[in-house]
This record gives sequence, structure tokens and C-alpha cells, in this order.
Amino acid sequence: MERASAYENDLNLKATELRLGLPGTDESSEKQSLRNNKRSSAEMDNSCEKNEQESSPAPKAQVVGWPPVRSYRKNVLHQRNESDLSGMFVKVSMDGAPYLRKIDLKVYKKYPDLLKALENMFKCSIGVYSEREGYNGSEFAPTYEDKDGDWMLVGDVPWDMFITSCKRLRIMKGSEAKGLACL
Amino acid sequence: MLNYFPEEVLEHVFDFLTSHRDRNAVSLVCKSWYAVERFSREKVFIGNCYTISPERLIARFPRVRSLTLKGKPHFADFNLVPHDWGGYVQPWIESMAKAGVNLEELRLKRMLVSDESLDLLANFFPNFKSLVLVSCDGFSTDGLAAIASNCRFLRELDLQENEIEDRRGQWLSCFPDSCTSLVSLNFACLKGEVNLLSLERLVARCRNLRSLRVNHAVPLDALQRILAQAPQLVDLGIGSFVHDPDSEIYNKIETGMQKCTSITSLSGFLDVTARCLPAVYTICRHLTSLNLSYAPGIYSDELVKLICHCNKLERLLVLDTIGDKGLGVVASTCKELQELRVFPSDLYGVGNAAVTEEGLVAISAGCRKLNSILYFCEQMTNAALIMVAKNCPNFIRFRLATFNPTAPDAVTMQPLDEGFGAIVKSCKGLKRLSVSGLLTDQVFLYMGRYAKQLEMLSIAFAGDSDKGMLYVLNGCKKLKKLEIRDSPFGNAALLADMGKYETMRSLWMSSCEVTLGACKTLAQKMPRLNVEVINESDQMEASVDDKHKVEKMYLYRTLVGPRKDAPDFVWTL
Repeated sequence: MERASAYENDLNLKATELRLGLPGTDESSEKQSLRNNKRSSAEMDNSCEKNEQESSPAPKAQVVGWPPVRSYRKNVLHQRNESDLSGMFVKVSMDGAPYLRKIDLKVYKKYPDLLKALENMFKCSIGVYSEREGYNGSEFAPTYEDKDGDWMLVGDVPWDMFITSCKRLRIMKGSEAKGLACL
Repeated sequence: MLNYFPEEVLEHVFDFLTSHRDRNAVSLVCKSWYAVERFSREKVFIGNCYTISPERLIARFPRVRSLTLKGKPHFADFNLVPHDWGGYVQPWIESMAKAGVNLEELRLKRMLVSDESLDLLANFFPNFKSLVLVSCDGFSTDGLAAIASNCRFLRELDLQENEIEDRRGQWLSCFPDSCTSLVSLNFACLKGEVNLLSLERLVARCRNLRSLRVNHAVPLDALQRILAQAPQLVDLGIGSFVHDPDSEIYNKIETGMQKCTSITSLSGFLDVTARCLPAVYTICRHLTSLNLSYAPGIYSDELVKLICHCNKLERLLVLDTIGDKGLGVVASTCKELQELRVFPSDLYGVGNAAVTEEGLVAISAGCRKLNSILYFCEQMTNAALIMVAKNCPNFIRFRLATFNPTAPDAVTMQPLDEGFGAIVKSCKGLKRLSVSGLLTDQVFLYMGRYAKQLEMLSIAFAGDSDKGMLYVLNGCKKLKKLEIRDSPFGNAALLADMGKYETMRSLWMSSCEVTLGACKTLAQKMPRLNVEVINESDQMEASVDDKHKVEKMYLYRTLVGPRKDAPDFVWTL
């Protein structure tokens, strides 16, 4: 079909296009069911097939006001999808441990809570953060990989910024972590 | 002999009539009953704020204390009505203030409320006790601050699903220390922060507080402290329910919940960690109402684990993430269920098919007391609807919405006429119906023939010809509100029985086949109807001819003629 090739050359919009109906159904079966509302009553006698040929292959737009959900609820859902409130599970590895763990960052409100949880989970001591010294003096130091792929020391940025940029955690041996604490 | 019946006795008798319909009926009996009734009426319900004017309301019911007003047409909920179409509460509050009405209670739905209105309300009605706002907008937290500061006897502040501008003021802190009268406080829809200390203090001093619904900015530890102060709560709306389940705070909440033996209604969970849910299992046994429809990210298994403790549930609102299997658990657990609402979690419907007709059938088989349903689903079949009709003949409200508005029977590919036909035939008390899916004129024939108690009908993308609409207008004798979109009903149907519209509250038709000329004819012949045409395109009036189809038409009966506050894009014909 003409439309398919137009999409192929483009951004593969077809894969992400919004449309009504079950995934996997193709457009022609959808056109049959979606009514062309501009026909006058005189044309009612005509069969559905004729209308399918007549209706132009307009891009599948979201139908305004359908499904009939109150706009307040719709707005809440939209904001939700943007901020993904359904948990922020990240992998946590510790040097020397045989397997990784996962924790939900959303559960913690601030750094001390997270560090305590990590200490409990891995039976290690992480100590206290200081801007100047990092976790100097402790056996282990918590680090994380951020959105850019860089390994950062946990604690430098505000908590909210941290949880949105943290991709995974790694508890490093204190001796190795010394380098990260440099200004 | 009725002439010698002292008025005080009549008044006393009328006191027992609480329904406004009964009081309306009583006032029509004779002139003296009309007079007695109007002076003793305290509660007035106005289903369409443009049917009557504030002045006439006050003239007839000078002793009114409680007023309920509804503004925009129902389809405004779905973005089909422009924001500034109308429905302003300001003139009502101004008139009542001027006339010295002793207003105590104001309940508004789909109206435009300004901070100025709230300020007037707070300052001119010394006995004001109760404000309930549903789906309103136009105001901010400044207006709430005025209410909190000045309403000395405030009992109820109930904000449901309003769009409220957050001005980052400390409105909650505006409740003076002397305020101890609150019985109900619901601010779940507020987007911004509230002063947690003020909230805790307020709860502590309002010993009669029965209902508290907080917003997402109230965290679990604050909730724990609040519950400790208010174990007498009957209705609780939780804000944020996120915490480390291994923490001490969480343990405190668990034990705190155990002390709240009066809670029968639970809602909120606006932000939630599923692993924290077991803390509420203890209150589940007493719950009659549970609303999880705003709780994100709780999947079917976790929902089920919660719900299987709720065997007294009468009202349940959930997202479709519950799945057909989850609904099966509801069916076997909640034998007292009367109302169920299943909302879409994914608005575009291209996710996994969350609930189907199977879930609905399971519910109908298990919950025989079901009388009200709102069900968003991927697909439906006639067989399922027929089974539901057989299992649950007591439906008063039946609302179905398939994600594809013209989806046929998923198995037979036939229209869903027979299924809905079975519903209207079996449910003799049906008052409200919303249909969806592939539907022909036949379904409307069934409605006209069987839906004799139907008061409100919503139609979208349905029908083949004017006959459909005519079946309904002719057959549904008790019809009050009819709203139609994207259906091929035209002038013949609109004009066939013009007098019918004076027996109804309103008619909405959008993207149908009705022309401007027909609307003009109707407006001309029926002076007691306001026929409004909403025209949002930039066409000039002169260039629009009578053969042109109207985009949106809203007509309603009125005693006060065309409204004076209509914006440019609304033409009252």
C-alpha cells in the first residue's frame, strides 16, 4: 500500500502510531468499522463496502473525547506516564559479591535511608558522606552510573536529581573509590 | 377540608419529604400547598443553572439554605465543550449575598468558580457550612484560603476532581485555631504541597472529623501521625503510600491502621509502593467502598491480594489492570457489591487487552446485587451482555465503553444490538445507559420499547438513520437527558416531536446530520427552549447558510430566555 512505503522511508511512525483497535489489526478492517459520519441519510442504503472505498485514507488520529474519560483523570494519567511512578528498580552490584540485587529507589526519601538499606542488604559499612572526602575512611563507597554512562559518587547531587539520573548502583571497595572523591 | 388545615401542620408534614422531586410534586397540588412548600423549602436542586435565574430562585424560595447547581453539559467532561462556554457561579453568589440569603451549603458540578466567588461566599454567609465542588475549575488555592479563613462554622470542604491552580500559599494553615467544626475534608485533587504540621493540628482539634482525603503531597509518615489523632475516621483518602516496608514507620502505620476500626471507605493511594499494601489488610474487612482508580502501578496479583480481604465491599473503583482474572476474584469475594467502575489505565488502548467481556460476565455471575456499572473494555460480545442481563436484572446504571467506539461483537462480528437489547429488556428499572460498539437502529428500537424508566442516555458513533433517534424520543417517556455524538441523526429526527424537549432537561448533538436551518426552526417554534449552536471555526455569521451542518448543538428548556453570558462562539438561535 502507498501508505506503508511512505512510513518505511520515514521515522517508522507506523510502529508508534496511535490508533484504535487491537494491536496487529490492519487498517482496512478498521476502516470498515469506523463510520464515515458525513454521509447523508439518502446514502444509508448503500453498503458498508462502498463507503470504505469512498473514505479517504486519512491518518489515524485519536478520536476527540474517546474513550469517554473525564479530563481530570486523563490529565492525571498523562502526568503519571511522564514521571513513571510505578517504581524505579535499579540493579545494585557489590565488588566481590556473587550476584547482583535490585532495589526500588522510589521507596527512599533521602540518601541516609538509601545508604542504610544498602548496608543492610550487603552487610557492609558505607559510612558517612562528606563533600570534600566522599566516603573516605569507610570500607565501601556507593557509586552509580548516570544517564550519560559516567560513574559518579552517590551523594553529590540533590536526591531528586539523583533518582532520575541513576541507572544502576555499584558498591565499590573503599580503596578503589578514593579516586572518585577528588575534586 | 384541606383549607382548614393549619399551615404549620402542612409544613411539618412537608419536612418529612426529603427528595426534591417529592417536594416539587407537592407544590403542584394547589395554591396553598405551593405557598406553604415554597416558604419551608431549604434545599433546592437546579440541574441546569440556565433553566432559571438566581433572582427567581430567591423570590420563590426565600428560605433556601442549601443549593445544588450543575453547569456545563455532561460531554464537557470529555473535552467536547469549550472551556469558557459558561456555567458561572458568580451571579448566583452575588444575588444571594445581596438578598441576604442564609446560605449554608453549596454543591456545584461542572461550573466555573472564581477566587472572587469563593471570597464572596466566605465573607457574606456567616453560617456557611458546606462546600462541595465536583469537576469545577477557574479557582486557585487563594480561594480556598478565603474559605478556610472566614467560614467559622465550616463542616465540609469536599473537592472532587477539580482543576485547581496552586498558588503555593498556605491555604490549609488559614484554618484558625478556633476551627474545630470540620467533619469532612477532601483535597485529594490538589496538585501542590500542604503544610503538614497545620494539617496534623487541624485533624487533632476537629474531634468530629469523619472523612479525610489528602493529596499526593502527604507522605506516609504524616499519615501515620494523622491516623493516631483521628481513629474515629470513617472515610480515608490516602496520599502517598510509599515507604520502605522494613522500616519502623511502616510498622507504626500497620499498628495504627489496626486501631482504625471505623473506616468503611478507602481511596487515594495516589502514589504507592505495592509492597506497602499489606498494612491496610486489617481495614479491608470493614470496607464498603474502595477506590483504587487513581493508584498507579498496582498490578493484578497485588490488587487481588488486597481485594480478597474485602468481603463487605459494596462499591469498587479500579483500573483495568485488575484483568479478567482479578474481576473473577472480585466476583467470588465481594458478594455485596452494588457498584463497579473499571477505568482504563492506558488511554490509547494499544496495550495488552486488560479486561474483556469475560470479566464482566464473571462479575455478573458472582455479584447478584450489582446495580451500577461503568466498564471500559477492549471488546464485548452479545452473548456476554445477554448473560449479564440475565444475571443482574437490577441495573439502574449501565455504562459501557469499548476502546474502539464501533467495535462489533468480538466473536460474531455482528452489531451489539441484541446484547444491549437484552439489557434494557431485563433491567426494568434502568435509569442511565451509555452504549458503545457497533450499533444499528435496532438497538434504539429496543430502547424505545423496553427502557421505560430511562432518564439519561449517551450515544456515540451509533445508529443508521433518523429512525434510531425517533424510537428513543417516542418510546422513552421518562427521558431527561439525551446526548449524542458522531451519529447519523438529522433534521427529521430533531423536528419530529419538538414538544418532547420541554419534558426533558437537555439535548446535546455533535457531529451529527443536523443543519443550522433546522436548529433555527426549532428555536423559533419553541420559545421556552434555548437552542445553542457552538461554532468554533472562524467562519463569519453571514457566510454560514442554513444547509450547513452544525458542529455542536445544545438545547435545554428554560424559563428565563437566552442567557446573557454566552461567549462569541455560542449562538443562541
